[in-house]
Amino acid sequence: MRKALGRSLGRSLGSAALAVALLTGLAPHAALAAKTDVTIGMPLEPPNLDPTGGAAAAIDEVVYANVFEGLTRIGPDGSVLPALAASWDISDDGLVYTFSLREGVTYHDGTAFDAEDVKFSLDRARAEDSTNAQKALFAAIASVDVVDPLTVKVTLSSPAGNFLFNMGWGDAVIVASESAADNATNPIGTGPFKFVNWVKGDHVELGRNPDYWGEPAQLEKATFKFISDPTAAFAAMMAEDLDAYPNFPAPETLSQFEADARFAVVIGSTEGETILAINNGRAPFDDIKVRQALAHAVDRQAVIDGAMFGYGTPIGTHFAPHHPAYVDLTGQYSYDPEKAKALLAEAGHGDGLTVSLKLPPPSYARRGGEIIAQQLAAVGVTAEIANLEWAQWIAEPFKGKDYDLTIVSHTEPMDIGIYARDDYYFDYHSDAFKAIMEELNNTTDPARRTELFQDAQRQIADDAVNVFLFELAKAGVWNAKLKGLWANSPVQANDLTGAYWED
Amino acid sequence: MSTEPLTDLPRQEHGRWRAHHLSLIIGAAITLGVIAIALLSLVWTPHDPNPTPLPIAERLKPPAGAHWFGTDIYGRDVLSMIMVGARNSILVALVAVGIGVGIGVPLGLFAAARRGWLDDFIMRVNDLVFAFPALLLAIMITALLGPGAINAIIAIGIFNIPVFARVTRGAALSLWTREYVLAARVAGKGSALISIEHILPNVLNILVVQATIQFSLGILAEAALSYVGLGTQPPMSSWGRMLSESQTMFAFAPHVAIFPGLAIVVTVLGLNLLGDGLRDMLDPRLRRERSAQ
Repeated sequence: MRKALGRSLGRSLGSAALAVALLTGLAPHAALAAKTDVTIGMPLEPPNLDPTGGAAAAIDEVVYANVFEGLTRIGPDGSVLPALAASWDISDDGLVYTFSLREGVTYHDGTAFDAEDVKFSLDRARAEDSTNAQKALFAAIASVDVVDPLTVKVTLSSPAGNFLFNMGWGDAVIVASESAADNATNPIGTGPFKFVNWVKGDHVELGRNPDYWGEPAQLEKATFKFISDPTAAFAAMMAEDLDAYPNFPAPETLSQFEADARFAVVIGSTEGETILAINNGRAPFDDIKVRQALAHAVDRQAVIDGAMFGYGTPIGTHFAPHHPAYVDLTGQYSYDPEKAKALLAEAGHGDGLTVSLKLPPPSYARRGGEIIAQQLAAVGVTAEIANLEWAQWIAEPFKGKDYDLTIVSHTEPMDIGIYARDDYYFDYHSDAFKAIMEELNNTTDPARRTELFQDAQRQIADDAVNVFLFELAKAGVWNAKLKGLWANSPVQANDLTGAYWED
Repeated sequence: MSTEPLTDLPRQEHGRWRAHHLSLIIGAAITLGVIAIALLSLVWTPHDPNPTPLPIAERLKPPAGAHWFGTDIYGRDVLSMIMVGARNSILVALVAVGIGVGIGVPLGLFAAARRGWLDDFIMRVNDLVFAFPALLLAIMITALLGPGAINAIIAIGIFNIPVFARVTRGAALSLWTREYVLAARVAGKGSALISIEHILPNVLNILVVQATIQFSLGILAEAALSYVGLGTQPPMSSWGRMLSESQTMFAFAPHVAIFPGLAIVVTVLGLNLLGDGLRDMLDPRLRRERSAQ
């Protein structure tokens, strides 16, 4: 009896398995068409998910444009587009911005979005006790006034040519007073995706927001998975555990992806000026001749070839080459070891110099550092390499100014203003540069702004503040069927609003 | 029937004896070879292991003609780097073993001679250090002192101290009950003198074997520390760092990973064979057990 039961059970299980096999075999088209989720690889995990309360690029790379939106947003080409503000008027003196907000927008928790939220967010960001990492974005604001629930008037203390662009940064997104305090762990925004879950150390999961005010997202689910090890990232892509890795950390493996029809490799531009930063406040680098010598001693093209496998554009100043105001100053300090030696001798270091070179983890820094150390050795500068983890790098060179040389990529857009900051880790102080930036902040005329931007670029190149190496390329690798991802990185973001799977 | 095992025994014994010699000979040959290569790298390598500036255009060339082991990501000659890496590995491991012997052996001798609470104290502190996984301890020390070859030496050396203290004390304890030691005590020699004149020479063979094993562990530890970025810093060549830097390139330039990997395997294998052979040769108890079988 039991035996018979067992046998019949076995038989029915067998036929059930067969049925399942047949079903799955018969329905491949349905399964393919139904692919509505995406898994994105990222090198670093965000420390929290509140873009208004942290400097880490990884925060914006998860939530910008997906979960949170600002008054404006930055498009894939770097242009300023309307977002929560449908339109705006600027007064003739450039001081008053009147934003008309979108109707019927709600936050993910169901609360309504209105002018009060805009006032709350902007006042919170520029408040005395604000933890916003980019308070400078809001420095020009004198007052924010609610005209009616769908109109906000922002008054500036002086004209700010970049104001609309600034309002598109991740740090300037509009949050709700009800939920702002918990955004670090449970972000509530107005974007096309809702926060679902965060498994610390592994991934963040977002789901489609069905009540989105605009065109809803095509994907139902998006997972951001954090894989920092380049080898593991490569394996995860090859195994198709990841659908995309928008900023792939190992340029040497790109040729393998290119040779594989399953993947698309897209090389785009970023706002990442990669520099050999010099501690201007420390001897012997307080001598401009020594800094110029370093600039002449570095062969940028060899660094790009060796560290980035050719992906990257040489720069001669701290400015993105794809920007219209860029000036090509790469010729100012051409690769010339003899001249470097002569300059060092003039500065009284003819018999050599020993300096520290502190390197953060990314391969552009570690590899670039090894190449540059050998190039410096060729002109008599011994660079002692120390490989640091990010936390150490933030503590020692960045916050403590405890370094001689370091290599890092500055990925914020239009960040030449950091050279006017007295407390910044370059320890560079130039009244001439500060005057240019001061005038720039008060100028709205585009032609004059371009001139001033170019003056600023020339000033830091003339002062040889840092050795400007190359503009970081964005090497995106993704499934060939996945469309609508950004090729370039005008802001630190993985905007999935327009992403979809092609059959 | 009964004669067969009798006639077989000496031959079996002989064969095993020869096998032990064989591991000793192979182990010694490999070890000497590696040391010779390391010494040679002081005066000659096929190419400059660290050219200034780096010949980027020559990068990732497969093994051929001018570069027997190919070139790495910066165009450096892999063979030259492995030769310099051998020197570096041996130096780190040797000094680390030296630290372990220099501090651990006197501690062990002292503990065995004194007994009592001091013995307990020394050995419990040793246990404490010993209880930490070796690599974790090394990572902790280099994290504290900063990465670098010298700190790697200190880290590996500290881990070696309890190993030698323990081995020395264990062997010395049993010697203290021997008649010749008693005779020396009766003759009025102090514990320190007895430890040096009578105990130490008799634990020396065990120490040689232990040192060989620790030496190979030291080479592995250096490679592991360099692999995670805490050991030898660039531009000095290191087998472990060569491995970690080559892992993303394994699929299209396997030579950059295979050769440093082989270097580690061969060196550690050679040292272990040498250690086994030495133990079989020097340890009288093992020898007796073998002949009794």
